[in-house]
Amino acid sequence: MTQPGTESWRDVPAGGTVLLPGSTERNLTGSWRTKLPVIDFDACTHCMICWVMCPDSCFKTAEGTLQSVDLDHCKGCGICATECPVKCIEMVPEERD
Amino acid sequence: MVDTQERPASGDMAAPATSTAIAVNGGEAVAYALRQIEPEVVAAYPITPQTLIIEKFAEYCADGLVRTEYINVESEHAALSACVGASAAGARAITATAGPGLALMFEMLGVASGMRLPIVMHLCTRALSAPLNILGDHSDAMAMRETGWVMLSGSSPQEAYDLALVAQTIAEHPDVMLPCANLVDGFMVTHAVERVDVLPDDVVREFVGEYEPETSLLAEGSTATYGALDFRDYYFEHRRQQEAALYRSQPVVEEALKRFGEISGRSHKIIEPYMMDDAEVVLVLMGSAEGQVHAAVDAARDAGLKAGALRIRLLRPFPTEAVAEALSGARVIGVLDRAIGFGSVDNPLLSDVKSALWDQSARPLTKGFVYGLGGRVVTLGQFNQAFDELRTVLETGETPGDPTYLGLREDGEVPA
Ligand code: SF4
Ligand code: SF4
Repeated sequence: MTQPGTESWRDVPAGGTVLLPGSTERNLTGSWRTKLPVIDFDACTHCMICWVMCPDSCFKTAEGTLQSVDLDHCKGCGICATECPVKCIEMVPEERD
Repeated sequence: MVDTQERPASGDMAAPATSTAIAVNGGEAVAYALRQIEPEVVAAYPITPQTLIIEKFAEYCADGLVRTEYINVESEHAALSACVGASAAGARAITATAGPGLALMFEMLGVASGMRLPIVMHLCTRALSAPLNILGDHSDAMAMRETGWVMLSGSSPQEAYDLALVAQTIAEHPDVMLPCANLVDGFMVTHAVERVDVLPDDVVREFVGEYEPETSLLAEGSTATYGALDFRDYYFEHRRQQEAALYRSQPVVEEALKRFGEISGRSHKIIEPYMMDDAEVVLVLMGSAEGQVHAAVDAARDAGLKAGALRIRLLRPFPTEAVAEALSGARVIGVLDRAIGFGSVDNPLLSDVKSALWDQSARPLTKGFVYGLGGRVVTLGQFNQAFDELRTVLETGETPGDPTYLGLREDGEVPA
């Protein structure tokens, strides 16, 4: 969640409505992860199915090719690994300090 | 619907000459109001004693008299959920239910108020099961009191119609933006055929106006997200803001009732006093027992008691100051509850009234009464008995802690 701001209760948007888009960017769901998607780029066909299926829009692309995963937001759900048609995404247990 | 006639002049305000008298039950009176309001969405599930409303309204839809999107849902939970979605999308959305249907809506009651959606619900008050019972009492309405809705209560088919129109303008007022419930007493009002003076369609349309929310999901250019997660960082602020909006609605309710009085000639107030100017002994109530309570007041006055009655029309936000002010001259106050507040210090209405009186310098004596549960027949004799008991309290200065159950079978007795 975001750090609490300084708005009084009088000034917050009524009903908790979020007026501007993109607020989930500040909600770092990456801390939920226990497994990490690791992509074998030699096998990847850049079909972009993972990009479509990821519930957190984590896949970064450039010029029509898959580049990387946004680990601040990847929560390790494994949907990408399940959906990848060539099975080049492996969910690897993550070691953290 | 029969017997169209000009409305005769009555009361202290001039009514529009074009008002029409019709003979309908309370349910049809609400449906008539819904036809005139013609909301974008109605989502409801049939349940006794509310079915009269939505059956009649479905007829209006089928006959092409309204362009409303009528959503047939699989449950009351879905009915209110559909209204939440429609209202967030920017539509005027209305539902109606009763007793167990309200209980099934419970989760969405708080969602509607928490999201600040001006949905209007016509609640045909009904007993809660078990034992299974489809008849009228206030158990459902009293269970709803703390869910953040504005709650209005009428006593007749006329008032069911009037408050249906007023509720719409309260809910959608920019200072309020909260859902509003119109409590229509099950059977005693929903099924009672009475004369109802209805306003012309164009007068109603002007009174309720168009619903134009500041933001909505489907507004052009809207980027808003409704119903998002709200944890420890802002939930508290949003709840505090919601509470303030509910208290702020009281002057809006008063203004809406006043404005309605100007177009209809019927001047409703948030509380309805009867013979209160010099009253020492008062019965407080909500809903359709008003006629019998007034008759009991008259009988008590004939017997030398300075009796009065006070009906609560605005249940939430509870009009604390107005109630305390109206009761400031009373020495003994009896409160009629048509519900049991299981395990509470007092039954619901008594609890509210006593809280409102706590800060008074000279607190009167209070006494609770329970009546009419599960459609138990309500009689004048019960309220005569209540005034007899209140007279004893006045004379002895002592009030028993337990409520009196009016019309309940005690050992070996047949109830009055
Ligand atoms: S789904 Fe698999 S193959 Fe397709 S772009 Fe993603 S990682 Fe590459
Ligand atoms: S594991 Fe889930 S969240 Fe992470 S990249 Fe794959 S689909 Fe997205």
